[in-house]
Amino acid sequence: MSFEYAPAPESRDIVDLKPSYGLFVDGEFVEAKNSFKTIDPATEETLAEVAEAGADDVDRAVAAARRAYDTVWGPMPGAERAKYLFRIARLIQERSRELAVLESLDNGKPIRESRDVDLPLVAAHFFYYAGWADKLPYAGFGPAPRPLGVAGQVIPWNFPLLMLAWKIAPALACGNTVVLKPAETTPLTALAFAEICAQAELPPGVVNILTGAGETGRALVEHPGIDKVAFTGSTEVGRLIARSVAGTDKRLTLELGGKAANIVFDDAPLDQAVEGIVNGIFFNQGHVCCAGSRLLAQESVAEELLDRLKARMATLRVGDPLDKNTDVGAINSAAQLAKIRELSDSGEAEGATRWSPPCELPERGFWFAPTVFTGVAASHRIAREEIFGPVLSVLTFRTPAEAVEKANNTPYGLSAGIWTDKGSRILWMAERLRAGVVWANTFNKFDPASPFGGYKESGFGREGGRHGLEAYLR
Amino acid sequence: MPDLSTFADAAAAPAELRGLLRGLPPVDQVGAEERAARLATRSIKKSAKAYAIDLAISMVDLTTLEGADTPGKVRALCAKAAHPDPADASVPKVAAVCVYSDLVGEAVRALDGTGIGVASVATAFPSGRAPLDAKLADTRRAIDDGASEIDMVIDRGAFLAGDHQKVFDEIVAVKAECGDVHLKVILETGELVTYDNVRRASWLAMLAGADFIKTSTGKVSPAATLPVTLVMLEAVRDFRAATGRQVGVKPAGGIRTTKDAIKYLVLVNETAGPDWLTPEWFRLGASSLLNDLLMQRRKLTTGVYGGPDYFTMD
Amino acid sequence: MSERLSVRKTYKLFIGGAFPRSESGRTVIVNDAKGRFLANAARASRKDVRDAVVAARKAQAGWAARTGYNRGQILYRVAEMLEGRRGQFVEELRGSGLGKAAATAEVDGAIDRWVWYAGWADKIAQVTGSANAVSGPFFNFSTPEPTGVVGVIAPDSPLLGLVSVLAPVVVTGNTAVVVAAESAPLPAITLAEVLATSDVPGGVINLLTGHRAELAPWLASHQDVNAIDLTGAPGDLAADCERAAADNLKRVRRPVADDWAADPGTARMTAFLETKTVWHPVGI
Repeated sequence: MSFEYAPAPESRDIVDLKPSYGLFVDGEFVEAKNSFKTIDPATEETLAEVAEAGADDVDRAVAAARRAYDTVWGPMPGAERAKYLFRIARLIQERSRELAVLESLDNGKPIRESRDVDLPLVAAHFFYYAGWADKLPYAGFGPAPRPLGVAGQVIPWNFPLLMLAWKIAPALACGNTVVLKPAETTPLTALAFAEICAQAELPPGVVNILTGAGETGRALVEHPGIDKVAFTGSTEVGRLIARSVAGTDKRLTLELGGKAANIVFDDAPLDQAVEGIVNGIFFNQGHVCCAGSRLLAQESVAEELLDRLKARMATLRVGDPLDKNTDVGAINSAAQLAKIRELSDSGEAEGATRWSPPCELPERGFWFAPTVFTGVAASHRIAREEIFGPVLSVLTFRTPAEAVEKANNTPYGLSAGIWTDKGSRILWMAERLRAGVVWANTFNKFDPASPFGGYKESGFGREGGRHGLEAYLR
Repeated sequence: MPDLSTFADAAAAPAELRGLLRGLPPVDQVGAEERAARLATRSIKKSAKAYAIDLAISMVDLTTLEGADTPGKVRALCAKAAHPDPADASVPKVAAVCVYSDLVGEAVRALDGTGIGVASVATAFPSGRAPLDAKLADTRRAIDDGASEIDMVIDRGAFLAGDHQKVFDEIVAVKAECGDVHLKVILETGELVTYDNVRRASWLAMLAGADFIKTSTGKVSPAATLPVTLVMLEAVRDFRAATGRQVGVKPAGGIRTTKDAIKYLVLVNETAGPDWLTPEWFRLGASSLLNDLLMQRRKLTTGVYGGPDYFTMD
Repeated sequence: MSERLSVRKTYKLFIGGAFPRSESGRTVIVNDAKGRFLANAARASRKDVRDAVVAARKAQAGWAARTGYNRGQILYRVAEMLEGRRGQFVEELRGSGLGKAAATAEVDGAIDRWVWYAGWADKIAQVTGSANAVSGPFFNFSTPEPTGVVGVIAPDSPLLGLVSVLAPVVVTGNTAVVVAAESAPLPAITLAEVLATSDVPGGVINLLTGHRAELAPWLASHQDVNAIDLTGAPGDLAADCERAAADNLKRVRRPVADDWAADPGTARMTAFLETKTVWHPVGI
């Protein structure tokens, strides 16, 4: 007999799913002409029918946001805006269990993560920026910084509510109003957030939520009535958006892809490094723009590190996102699963060695076993392209300079990891890594006070901290 | 992981011992505590909980280590050890009873025929501050009286002063005294303070011949913690990988609730692995824990919450 | 006795610390305000842009790795050298049509601007960086770092405008490829002579003269340029360049109405800085 953990599912009864959801415009839920289904990626069951905003809906939402900006939110004293944001933060805390379950249902991420990572960070983000709303003259952007106006915000599906918080909290704190489009595969928590705005009695039009797919997003970012575009998503779409705002007065911030190096030296705290590698690439099924998807191991320790890593990967529990003991949940969509499979197949075809621990995957739903590739060359696609899945590519290096060179050898520059016991080497490496976030002896840590964002093709602008205000002030 | 092929005769090579201990991978405190805390969020319910409770009961070293201990107290404890819940014969017996060396004879008589071990603390427990010959005499007396396990303390002063060799030599000497009797080496991690020290002391004890490494005497705070036990479990895992020899782990002190005990079992399961999930390789040094395990066990079988009046106080 | 015949200067490009002619062999005639011939300035080509970017990239890491104190000293040295050639610059600006007072003001302003930015080299990190109070046992700090190689389309203001866009780019550790004012390119090349004698390492500043509309798009689309300042680009050209810049997600500073006499503020520096945030656990 062995110690088998019995299923420990979080109850989904706490979530009261409606059969269909409208758009949230000017403080009300309204119908749209078209709709689409959002599914549970773990079971492929339909969760709800969701409105698809068309160009006229975008017009209405932008007009509502403009009205709210001109008449209510723009002129409102910062101290009052702060109180609305504090209210929202508290409401999120009060409903955090429900929101966590809803997030896991719609996204496929393990409840442990939505409960212990996403939701606490969401509430913390609103608390953090609430406090800035009446302190903006002290933020270092001049004595009388002003909001930009209406912000059009488009967010991805990997951290649906957290990305919403990263976008909406600073925008509102600075006095802007927003029209936000959540990703088409994960609209539900944004719609629950719309309810929270109503519960907080946020003035109508300050926050508008438009559900839809790429066309809705395009209509929003290209709308002439907005002053600011904030986008988190793929570098490919980021490029299109950057092109579309060229020649306009719209301000732009982009948080895009990554191919982060997680660099392990032979004097590293190995057990913690293994945790950092696992957390770096298997957290949220690897659907993380700053994932440590390239492990750079010093040759002198590579073999031992890999042995430990594989042993650790064998303990990862893959399955039902609502089971409290699940470590790795479902891939968010069939399309994403296809992309992960295609890139992984290319890894094999190009000669890298593929390994996954034995693990039984559910028959229905979208699943991909945690995977590590060894014998990866820098030229392989799996070492260059963002996979956005639970797939780790292992490369080796001999000297610190070689590690820096390999780490920086990518058009991306979002994040990097360094594992070594030697303080001076950490600082030497951190100085040279071309990445917006450097985690030393830790990985995938986030905090509302900590600026986040990339170098090079990982985008521009920072979210979080004092720096995050700059994107929403003039 | 250290290369043990050159570690031929530690007793003759203090520099080699120091080099080996310093060559162990460092432990990042924040990362280790994060890992332990995350494992503590495992949700162990229903059949898993029932399994874990019985396993935990069978791993308990039921302990009394008070100045006020008497033969009567020890006899009562032994009775409890053999039949933890007099109302339910399906409850497993505990692994051992742990007492001071002068009460070993009493415990041995009380447990005769039960198959429950008698563990004796020794070597000037809890401080370890005595000459080696006194420590050895203490050990010998316990063994002569029938102890099947010896829980010795290391000389933390020597360890912190950097005299690893002294600590090593003492363990070797006590082990020699023990012969086939199981030797648990208490590191007193609360006095070693850092996880780097815990890892080094674990290796030192294992290299010197420990059959078990144990966190604490229970007389120093903090006693057993999840992250300290995590680091020790990593040490026994790595030691087996390097030498082929398996060493057991015993957290002791401060483990009072079923919830706590289950967290330790999860830690074992996911760190050292299922090979350690038996009383032969993992023990819980505790006293009040047993009653909480019994109470939770009865809740699982009856579906009704119990109260302390229904479990014997010993 | 006739008046002494002056020795004219050949105005060339400034790339990698050297003064090459355009690889294209082309020149543009530069006349003074009255239409009299002043010089044949080099008319840079896309290949000169390419060479300048290579030089700028090569110099960037070393320039950024210097201490702020050192970069500040070098920028101050530029001001010293400029001061020493003050009269020459006044004359050259008068040639482009400015009156004596205006030309003098522009030169003085340019010198003072170098001094102003020189002082920022070892201070900007303190103003834009931060220690961040994260909720956990971590030390977390943010520091500004140079974006890399920056393309600069300089405004028409031939010296003060040029210095006002160039100094904030390089003071923080970026290297620059500058397309000088099309209408009055000569002061830019004379400035290059100052730079060449001011301890500015070769390649840190590269100055090209020629047609903006021809050169700017090559800079904007160059995949090894990290950012572009479009200050001197007219509307349509700026929009085209911004679109081209999207290909590798360059940081773009759009043209705005600048008053070169005003307090420059920090915006031109922060536009070409990246924020790097480093986390480390705090433990024993």
